[in-house]
Amino acid sequence: MNLLRNPKIAKRLSEDIRLSVMGRTRLMEVCGTHTVAIFKSGLRSLLPPEITLLSGPGCPVCVTAKADVDRAVKIAGQKDVILTTFGDMMRVPGSGTSLGEERAKGRDIRVVYSPSECLGLSAENPEKKVVFFATGFETTSPSVSATLISAMRLKLENFMVFSVHKLVPPALRALLSSAESRIDGFILPGHVSTIIGSRPYGFLASEFRTPSVISGFEPVDILEAICMLLRQIKAGRPDVEIQYKSAVRPGGNPKAVSLLNEVFVPSASEWRGIGVIPESGLKLRPEFSALDAERHFDLSLPSSSPSDDASGCLCGEVLRGISIPTDCPLFGSSCTPEYPVGACMVSAEGSCSAYYNYGGTSG
Amino acid sequence: MCLAIPSKILKINSLMAMVEAYGGAQKEISLMLLPDEPSVGDYVLVHAGFAIQTIDSESAEESHRFLTELLLSMAEEGT
Repeated sequence: MNLLRNPKIAKRLSEDIRLSVMGRTRLMEVCGTHTVAIFKSGLRSLLPPEITLLSGPGCPVCVTAKADVDRAVKIAGQKDVILTTFGDMMRVPGSGTSLGEERAKGRDIRVVYSPSECLGLSAENPEKKVVFFATGFETTSPSVSATLISAMRLKLENFMVFSVHKLVPPALRALLSSAESRIDGFILPGHVSTIIGSRPYGFLASEFRTPSVISGFEPVDILEAICMLLRQIKAGRPDVEIQYKSAVRPGGNPKAVSLLNEVFVPSASEWRGIGVIPESGLKLRPEFSALDAERHFDLSLPSSSPSDDASGCLCGEVLRGISIPTDCPLFGSSCTPEYPVGACMVSAEGSCSAYYNYGGTSG
Repeated sequence: MCLAIPSKILKINSLMAMVEAYGGAQKEISLMLLPDEPSVGDYVLVHAGFAIQTIDSESAEESHRFLTELLLSMAEEGT
């Protein structure tokens, strides 16, 4: 499969990149889909050695806290519960077990493609409680908002959501605020930005003087975004630019954002490998408390639950852009996509999995 | 997980639409999140059963193929 179309344009862009790069430059692609696109297309081979591409915390599966997986497992263990979630979440290890292992033990855990499928499932199973374990960034949370609004209208009494949704801009703020941060520019997520637009990233340039470009997913889109970043760096004029103009407007999708705000309110949230980031998660507003799984179930965990990653696992450092997957002692030995130890290896969009599958060895 | 697939609208029924992705797969999706009412023949980005934005048809054709192939290849790798 040749994913690098338009080789002439790609060559021209990579030549531009070579000419514009000014010394060692560390760029972070925030989104897991970009990570996969970069590896699959072999785009790294078109970049000069001065450029290091780091994979950021933009894979929702990878950043879901172990404790939250444990809570979902706890819900699935309650009487008369059908737990639903996206397929990506099934293999993510909690502190002891995963949803996939629990399903194999007989728990009623089902994979859905769309949260809206839960409405039919709830109507068909009035004697059960259908709980959707909701993960994902701003691309996904509006669809959960729309589903909750529909459930309210339908007066469904047996549908609930356990939200561990996360927000991208607060995570970028946390990364840049950390003393260990060495990021010269961000390739910003295309589909998250389809919803939120470019404005919520304004602080990257104004407060942190860090260039950023919202990029599409074609390899030539990503090359162009890198060119735009290098130009901002060279001119010393950090900005938030949109390369993915066909799908991203500065104001995003106002309807989706308004539905998001109608249902959810930002709250502190734990990110695997990073810790708790203020205002970086989404919880249901009090008006939707009847549909909030956190109000129905006791989700407290035994205090002995380990929250750190397995010893030696460097997922946290990888997600913060400090280490690359091959720095990890477990990478490729005790941690592989078949038997993942850390979350970055579980998801196909995780950077460890991308390195493993496509043989990446350096930044 | 934030992958959205460009798809063409074939039929609209109130807030639902039948769309076709590259390769011919058809799916019923919700239009509840779109700021403006789309028309049959428009391209939209589809994520988790919802259209999240309309896109221009010119760019849709090419990214169609790329995003669909990316999705399929990730599915092959077992997630």
